[in-house]
Amino acid sequence: MYAQMVKSEGMKSLDEMSPEERAFQERIDRGEKIEPRDWMPEGYRKTLIRQIGQHAHSEIVGQLPEGNWITRAPTLERKAILLAKVQDEAGHGLYLYCAAETLGVSRDELLEKLHSGKMKYSSIFNYPTLTWADMGAVGWLVDGAAIMNQVPLQRTSYGPYSRAMIRICKEESFHQRQGYHIMMKLARGTEAQKRMAQDALNRFWYPSLMMFGPSDKDSVHSAQSMAWKIKMNTNDELRQKFVDQTVPQAEYLGLTVPDEGLRWNDEKGGYDFTEPDWSEFFEVIKGNGPCNKERLGARVQAWEGGAWVRDGLMAHAKKHAAAKLAAE
Amino acid sequence: MPSLPDMMTKLDPSGAAGGSASAAPAPADALFEALLRLGDSTLILGHRVSEWCGHAPVLEEDIALANTALDLIGQTQLWLGLAAEVEGAGRSADDLAYLRDAWDFRNLLLVERPNGDFGATLMRQFLFDAWHQPMLKGLEGSSDPRVAEIAAKAGREVAYHLDRSADLVIRLGDGTDESHRRMQAALDDLWPYTGEMLTPDATDAAMAEAGVMPDLTAIARDWHALVGDVLAQATLARPDGSYMHKGGKQGTHTEHLGYILAEMQFLQRAYPGAEW
Amino acid sequence: MSREWPLWEVFIRGQHGLNHRHVGSLHAPDAEMAIKHARDVYTRRNEGVSIWVVPSAAISASRPSEKGPLFEPAESKIYRHPTFYDIPDDIGHM
Repeated sequence: MYAQMVKSEGMKSLDEMSPEERAFQERIDRGEKIEPRDWMPEGYRKTLIRQIGQHAHSEIVGQLPEGNWITRAPTLERKAILLAKVQDEAGHGLYLYCAAETLGVSRDELLEKLHSGKMKYSSIFNYPTLTWADMGAVGWLVDGAAIMNQVPLQRTSYGPYSRAMIRICKEESFHQRQGYHIMMKLARGTEAQKRMAQDALNRFWYPSLMMFGPSDKDSVHSAQSMAWKIKMNTNDELRQKFVDQTVPQAEYLGLTVPDEGLRWNDEKGGYDFTEPDWSEFFEVIKGNGPCNKERLGARVQAWEGGAWVRDGLMAHAKKHAAAKLAAE
Repeated sequence: MPSLPDMMTKLDPSGAAGGSASAAPAPADALFEALLRLGDSTLILGHRVSEWCGHAPVLEEDIALANTALDLIGQTQLWLGLAAEVEGAGRSADDLAYLRDAWDFRNLLLVERPNGDFGATLMRQFLFDAWHQPMLKGLEGSSDPRVAEIAAKAGREVAYHLDRSADLVIRLGDGTDESHRRMQAALDDLWPYTGEMLTPDATDAAMAEAGVMPDLTAIARDWHALVGDVLAQATLARPDGSYMHKGGKQGTHTEHLGYILAEMQFLQRAYPGAEW
Repeated sequence: MSREWPLWEVFIRGQHGLNHRHVGSLHAPDAEMAIKHARDVYTRRNEGVSIWVVPSAAISASRPSEKGPLFEPAESKIYRHPTFYDIPDDIGHM
């Protein structure tokens, strides 16, 4: 997902916990929200910083593959819609950085970790957007997968994270729909447009399945995060849900999901499908995806190239605060 | 849909390229022309500003720049929509934006200048906003109610653009040594492109005469007063040079516009007649 | 020394005349810019008619450990709530 491969500390049973840890876990079990000034285990704080930070990084790096097409959008309306959508992603990054900041880390520190490669962002944004149909596929599949994870996270135990997710989900409601709308237009368009749509689905299908991360049904890290309610479902649950939801949508478009092994399984009430190539996933995470260098390079360049602006505005504000003080 | 023949040629009965300043265009043609100047300028500037999305110096500014671009694209839909209606040739706003070549565009040269650094983008925005805002104020009183209506809506958006860009120019001009130096460089670079929006030609004069558009000489007075005031607060020196580039309003552009259009119009050109 | 812009808390009053409500935070070099940023970040969907910004550092908050003494006493004062009073239906709306 937007926060793939976030490792939390090993898990303790209630008996092994200190009285504080136990009271903390019981509050979570009762469904209470944890707020910034509340006592919390160091592992909870650290895991949350990594998870929210990675989620925030994914939002701002996620601006780039779609931002790519803003200047090439085919109509004025599509241009406005795409720009508004990519702008929302910047907003979502901002809300999430602010949520992380309540845990005692600054946005600049988190960005520094992104830029130096110490923190990751979602693997999906290291894939290129090659045609206009990719704007459809990203909205439909990538936002579709993201929403699947984000909707349950509205109920996460950490108050500021939960509130950020509520705002994000509310704003994101149009993102997946605009993507699917692009796909509908293409699927009902000319032969070339149909081919373009199919090609985008072919390229984005498995990377979208990878967004949920490798199977974690036996992972202690996931078990701890789930006990803390900062992860609400296993990766496999969400991936299955995504496939079950998406396949009929592809059929409606008259497009073919690029999986020979895709079959409806009556017994489990869901589709059987082929797992993505996890070796590719690990390569992308390591930095060997098609666009890792460009994506991170663009972020670093924006940050370093903008330093004089941030410093200039701060210097002006300080000068004026001092002048005002002197006048009083 | 193939590009329609150039509608502008009939503006100049003598057929001389560039036309003579005294050849006053017929009112409907002049209105079409004047609307293209507004719509093309907001289109190209909106396009330029949208290039920043995902690349701004800080998230808050990334979001603010996108708001400005969104406003400008929205205004383009209205201006070019009205231009298409006035033309009465069955073209839409999208046809005008995506299926004309550079020499049919009527935007100001200022707005097609490359983004440069954030300072250049901001200075370009301020110099444009300082014209755009009084222009729209004047257009609100247009004798053509359709023009007045669009101007009233756009005017509310642009009042904020100006508030923001003027404020940022002042802050960065009077910030650090580096920000001051960069803002002065941006100003010096862009200054020769500010003349054309303040100098009326035959079309501007005809529109002012008909009460459809404000008199540019009055707009120029407002512009100079405002720009002078903001530059002073920004501790920036107004450039001495008096030479001004022109031609955008008449369709003679810099090389940059061709590249903007090649990118912007790519899909419409590569897949003629497709719907998106 | 950190060069990072300070953090601000943003409060917005919506269209319906309710109190200003905390909507989130952002970074800005000073209050004036914080208001502009708040306008651009938090009212993109026409959410507000008035904005307050407060430096996050200037917020004083109650301690979570005092939650009991601060809030529990109010729980027992149920007579402050209208439903405490049983009024016969014949009286009409009250």
